[in-house]
Amino acid sequence: MAQTQTIETPADTAFAHGAGNGKRVINIQPITRIEGHARIAIQLDEAGNVADTRLNVVALRGFEKFIEGRPAEEVPRIVNRICGICPWMHHTASNKAVDGCFGAEVPPAGKKLRELMLVMAQINDKILHFFFLAAPDFVLGAGADYAVRNVLGVVQAAPELAAQVVKMRQAGQMMIEKFAGKVIHPVVVVPGGFAKPMTEAERQELLEKSREQLEFAKFCIKWAKENVFANLDDATIRLGEVTTGFLGTVDPRDGSLNFFEGMLRLMKPDGSYKDFSHVDYADYLGEHVEDWSYSKMPYARAWGEGFSMDLGAPKGIYRVNTLARLNVCDKISTPLAQAELEEFRNRFGRPAQSTMLYHWARLIELVYACEKVLELLSDPEITDPLVRNPVEPKAGRGVGCVEAPRGTLIHDYSTDDNGLITRANIIVGTTHNVAPMNMSIRQAADSVIKNGEVSEEALNKVEMAVRCYDP
Amino acid sequence: MPVKVASEWLNSCSGCEVAILNLGETLLAVLPQLEFVHIPVLMDHKYFGQKGDGDLHHLEIPKAVVGLISGSIRTQEHLEVAQAMRESCDLIVALGTCATHGGIPSLINLYEYGDLMERYYRTSETTDPHPNPGDQALPPILDRTYALDEKIKVDIRLQGCPPHPDLIGEAIVALLEGREPKLPMRSVCDSCPTIREGKGKLKKLQRFTHNAHYDPAKPISEMHCLLEQGFQCLGPVTRMGCAGLNGEAPQCIRARVPCQGCYGPVKTEGNQLLDYLNALASNRIDINSLADRATLLEFSGAHGRLQRNKAAGR
Repeated sequence: MAQTQTIETPADTAFAHGAGNGKRVINIQPITRIEGHARIAIQLDEAGNVADTRLNVVALRGFEKFIEGRPAEEVPRIVNRICGICPWMHHTASNKAVDGCFGAEVPPAGKKLRELMLVMAQINDKILHFFFLAAPDFVLGAGADYAVRNVLGVVQAAPELAAQVVKMRQAGQMMIEKFAGKVIHPVVVVPGGFAKPMTEAERQELLEKSREQLEFAKFCIKWAKENVFANLDDATIRLGEVTTGFLGTVDPRDGSLNFFEGMLRLMKPDGSYKDFSHVDYADYLGEHVEDWSYSKMPYARAWGEGFSMDLGAPKGIYRVNTLARLNVCDKISTPLAQAELEEFRNRFGRPAQSTMLYHWARLIELVYACEKVLELLSDPEITDPLVRNPVEPKAGRGVGCVEAPRGTLIHDYSTDDNGLITRANIIVGTTHNVAPMNMSIRQAADSVIKNGEVSEEALNKVEMAVRCYDP
Repeated sequence: MPVKVASEWLNSCSGCEVAILNLGETLLAVLPQLEFVHIPVLMDHKYFGQKGDGDLHHLEIPKAVVGLISGSIRTQEHLEVAQAMRESCDLIVALGTCATHGGIPSLINLYEYGDLMERYYRTSETTDPHPNPGDQALPPILDRTYALDEKIKVDIRLQGCPPHPDLIGEAIVALLEGREPKLPMRSVCDSCPTIREGKGKLKKLQRFTHNAHYDPAKPISEMHCLLEQGFQCLGPVTRMGCAGLNGEAPQCIRARVPCQGCYGPVKTEGNQLLDYLNALASNRIDINSLADRATLLEFSGAHGRLQRNKAAGR
């Protein structure tokens, strides 16, 4: 066959996978009910069994490049546009990095307000993912018609639950907006601290609403345990299961879960781990590049074994996000979430590897986040009027790190004498999970596609493996 | 009969979609009148058949009356999706400042493609150096980031990063009622209650390295204008709307932070950089006190506004 290449206009979106070898390729495009832009290609062999799979991340915006030259104090409200679902995480990590560049010390109340906003944003994110994106697969069934297998179908099937969910999520968003001005793409966190103090009246109002949120979180996890997790068959529990290490942030004092600050803990698949400062992240983590994805694939460089996504013998692969955080932490500092963690751990061990457990872990974190918000709001010092120290633009380097809903988030910047960004390296939560998602896709595809038989339900199950990671 | 709606996101962050969800109970109220036929964030309709075996040269989006598109156009795939949406939908709504003016990701128009790739895949601190990903599976990246109307015809523009839920709600209701949406068209300053004393005193701008001067116990209407306090507030050159339709103050101002300009220019075809320089000059404020001119176009860098050879004088 002649090897000619043609470029079609408009460009070819065929994305031939393994082009030229005549194998059948199944395209899941776009992956839906996720927050990013990607496709799955499943290549079948002549017998119709899975020969290979790929997760193609098809977008590259270039934030790390285009913040070069920008005034560093402006950057925390540029990079929040990396993600409209977790803008608070980027906003906060970026401010921490700029604090580092400028040598800023944040006053205690400024720090408390930053943490409060970050944890409040986590609450809304978890409700959004579980009920709007993931739940349709469980409430309506993996094989339900796609036209109803969505949040609108959930509204029809369980109108009271749906109304409650929509109301509570929106209330959570409005709590943030009322205090902080802008909830999607926030501006209130600033280098050196926070742009406005909290008044006592605001604290009281938020306290009252936060108590309602905790009650709702308790309802959510009970509902999910009874209506979703109790009904999972073995095949579903094992969907997308892979064996990997884990990364997350823990409090250096007692190893407890912490979204806002602490030590990074990198756990091997056997449960042994190493703690390190986020400032040293580049000594522990590397990023691998494949020709077929714009997204890079972080791996544990410190393990010295290289990178491989081979299901039987993965190398350097670790995961982040909810399940990872619950695996690496020794405990949770709030009582209700700690009780949930103990139940979870008694049943699934540590580290738990089943990908489907990301959903369960997400709801345990929802309970933690609601308890943590109440704890932060109960501290009267949060209303201290000193929330920001002035900063001075100058040359420096800073690394900011927080736990985003989708995993450990690292912003690393350098500045010049005028405080303009000269260099940036960002590792986003979901990016850590790109290699593991590739592996989960392969595992799920192997388990649901046999002898050339491809059903809509089977393909949705492959996507369900991806949705666990909430990418 | 419910109105059929298709929704797509291109070079975007999903913030516009979250803003739709933030309609909350209003959304639940209008839902029975809407029939979503395609919306990747919420619904599993696929481009090439539900079993992934369709014709890969024909990206299929079901027919709809209203097509909502967020995000700018950055890749060949974005371009094809935008064109397919145009073909399938009677009305195209450009949702958000990325779709109308390029948005934050249009800042990449300041840089060479090769420099981006070099930084991203070869010189970053953590990356194992590798040639640019070039597999056929990946849609090629275009020469720059485009606003939607540079590539397809747009019927309604909803500026904002993201547009306030009140504006989205008004647009939806207007479409259902078959009328033009009533969207605020003036500047952010026209919705800002802060105290302005007038021209003359300010000689240069300062960077936002310390908080504004105000009493947190008092309402916004008792705070002195942040531009007059000397901060780079883009209110005068930015389309209003972030205050919603119920008399709130602009959102950044409520955070006691200067306006960032995220709703794009006041007039659709306006230029936030030139308008701002004019405003400063006419008030005898030193334009050389700006820390970085490119940030004035950080939301509206499409339409050739931000270019490599015009890169950010400061």
